[in-house]
Amino acid sequence: MDLAFTKEEIAFREEVREFFKNNVPPETRRKLQEGRHLSKDEMVTWWRILNKKGWGVTHWPKEYGGTGWTTVQHYIFNEELQSYPAPQPLAFGVSMVGPVIYTFGNEKQKKEYLPRIANVDDWWCQGFSEPGSGSDLASLKTKAERRGDKWIINGQKTWTTLAQHADMIFCLCRTDNNAKKQMGISFIVFSMKSKGVTVRPIQTIDGGHEVNEVFFDDVEVPVENLIGEENKGWDYAKFLLGNERTGIARVGVSKERLRRIRALASKVESGGRPVIEDPAFREKLTACEIELKALELTQLRVVADEGKHGKGKPNPASSVLKIKGSEIQQTTTELLMEIIGPFAAPYDEHGDAGSNESMDWTAQIAPSYFNNRKVSIYGGSNEIQRNIISKAVLGL
Amino acid sequence: MDFDLSEEQRLLKESVDGLLADAYDFDARKKYMKEKGGWSQALWGKLAEQGLLGLPFAETDGGFGAGAVETMIVMEALGKALVVEPYLATVVVAGGFLRHGGSAEQKAKFIPGIIDGSKTFGFAQLEKNSRYDLFDVVTTAKKKGDGWVIDGEKFVVLNGENADTLIVTARTKGGQRDKAGIGVFLVPADAKGVTKKGYPTQDGLHAADITFTNVEVGADAAIGDPENGLPLIERVADEARIALCAEAVGAMDESLKETVEYIKTRKQFGVAIGSFQSLQHRAADMFVALEQARSMSMFATMASDFSDAKERSSAVAAAKVQVGKSLKFVGQQSIQLHGGIGMTMEAKIGHYFKRLTMIENTLGDTDYHLRRVSEGGGLLA
Repeated sequence: MDLAFTKEEIAFREEVREFFKNNVPPETRRKLQEGRHLSKDEMVTWWRILNKKGWGVTHWPKEYGGTGWTTVQHYIFNEELQSYPAPQPLAFGVSMVGPVIYTFGNEKQKKEYLPRIANVDDWWCQGFSEPGSGSDLASLKTKAERRGDKWIINGQKTWTTLAQHADMIFCLCRTDNNAKKQMGISFIVFSMKSKGVTVRPIQTIDGGHEVNEVFFDDVEVPVENLIGEENKGWDYAKFLLGNERTGIARVGVSKERLRRIRALASKVESGGRPVIEDPAFREKLTACEIELKALELTQLRVVADEGKHGKGKPNPASSVLKIKGSEIQQTTTELLMEIIGPFAAPYDEHGDAGSNESMDWTAQIAPSYFNNRKVSIYGGSNEIQRNIISKAVLGL
Repeated sequence: MDFDLSEEQRLLKESVDGLLADAYDFDARKKYMKEKGGWSQALWGKLAEQGLLGLPFAETDGGFGAGAVETMIVMEALGKALVVEPYLATVVVAGGFLRHGGSAEQKAKFIPGIIDGSKTFGFAQLEKNSRYDLFDVVTTAKKKGDGWVIDGEKFVVLNGENADTLIVTARTKGGQRDKAGIGVFLVPADAKGVTKKGYPTQDGLHAADITFTNVEVGADAAIGDPENGLPLIERVADEARIALCAEAVGAMDESLKETVEYIKTRKQFGVAIGSFQSLQHRAADMFVALEQARSMSMFATMASDFSDAKERSSAVAAAKVQVGKSLKFVGQQSIQLHGGIGMTMEAKIGHYFKRLTMIENTLGDTDYHLRRVSEGGGLLA
């Protein structure tokens, strides 16, 4: 057992840090630190900088533009990216549909889509959840009917993150109504500009616009847009969701936020002294730091295990990552709320516009607290994660 | 970065697990607890035979030169089997004082007896008002000729009644809470002026309250610098905390296994109660708590060799916090999920709960260590 990084790994971390320092646009970093939303341009600009460096799709196979890094290098890269902070690659393209295409797609699809994903020439969104299919995803109803050389798609998706920016969607569609529910689903990709696609914004409780409803009304999609085999879509979806086991903990994000909490709590006063000098507050903060340290170690155990034994059989500890990672993220937003106390109240209707100078430093704290309730819901709610642990790990 | 055990470590784990599987089921434990002093000399002999009592000592002292990971492996196994023999007091604590602070003569005099199983120790540190502060000492050691005279009262000394030798913290100068002026002394348990009141503890171990009245010891009784023993005490206490974390992980691991097994087999309403989601989720949360504790136990184990004492202490304190929280949850919920049977002395699960509960209150509880980390500026470098 040895916790230390090797000399090469430490040098690699320095290289990554140095690159972020010199290349992340300062305004982008500031907005992330303050919990603000980035514009599409800001995100795409950064991703293209990353891609130019050859770090756009780090974990892909080398032949498609990946880096061939070790699992530890991937870990270091993600940690540094999250804690700098810089925008993470667009998961829908890079972590989700990309791997499905290079694993199950045909040569033509690989050539057509993969380079455009890497450079974010296409912004991808995910068409999985439906109004009646959340945790029970396999009950989805959006239908794709074969008519000649076309799929005709009808139905509705929801919680579609950043669909307002999207050029492409990967969609789970029912292609066989008679099969058992998991067996009749196909994985189809198509343009969001297609006739019959309507995007309607959903405003979340923080006032932001991250998610959308997407309606399909007789959308015509060429048959060759099916990825892999017809009616095997559920397998690809499971593959996609199981692909990123460790990033979900978002340890780097929480680390960055804890640093911000310490800094802010040293400035803001309460009871005639900085909040950080209040033992009750400080102990809550420390407790959160300890939880995060434990999670970081748990994540490292999973990473080290994957490095050694491959991704075939996940370390049972991996199922801890989503639950604890989301709880800790939520705790950090609660601590920020505690620091600003009554100044949490003013609501900046225009969000990113920064219309009111006086509340600049507090403006995003309450929205970020409200917004972060999502992290224990999405990606398989924490209750679903507990089902997974009890079944897959404990055998209940 | 590597969390795997080496080949030798794996073999060690197999051998200690194997030994305890053979010799330490729940019935055997009950039998051992009835023996003189509350633990089994024969079992202790077996641990010695397998070399487990000599693990951490240098080869030049007759040991195996093993490190913190090996101690972690053994303590986890002892935790799983709920071992009542005085490994912590003798090998970890006394062994720690001798290894880190002992003179060549002290090592030669005391270490062989530990390794061959013929001698055990007790650590007389806790005082009426000291709670968890290791520097809070009113017991005195006054210079007399070349030697020392020790006076004071110590409480809940684990293995105190049976130990051959006591390791006593005593003030050589300064006031009750001064960090300087504390010494560590080896005192024969049968020395004149040592009075012991022994009793069983909640978790099936044995301890004693010990009074020292004009106890005279020689100059060679002092381990390390008698006027500045605190760094040594803190180092050894940290190693004991690390060992306790590992023991707790072993006990939690087994508690969760027993509990899951129980809810798979216990039927109510015509089905196994483990088919109910409320119980499944509780068990899942117990697993999360256990894995977080396991991670921090490993972290603390690796921190034991940190060269910076402050960094080491902070890591160990953080581990004790996580383990303390986890053990409370896992311990309490193990009883809850067992239902009525968990309340009985007859079922093993309650004994895990009791041992875990006592571990939390040994060498600093969760709140105490949380405060230490907090006052030290937190854990994020």
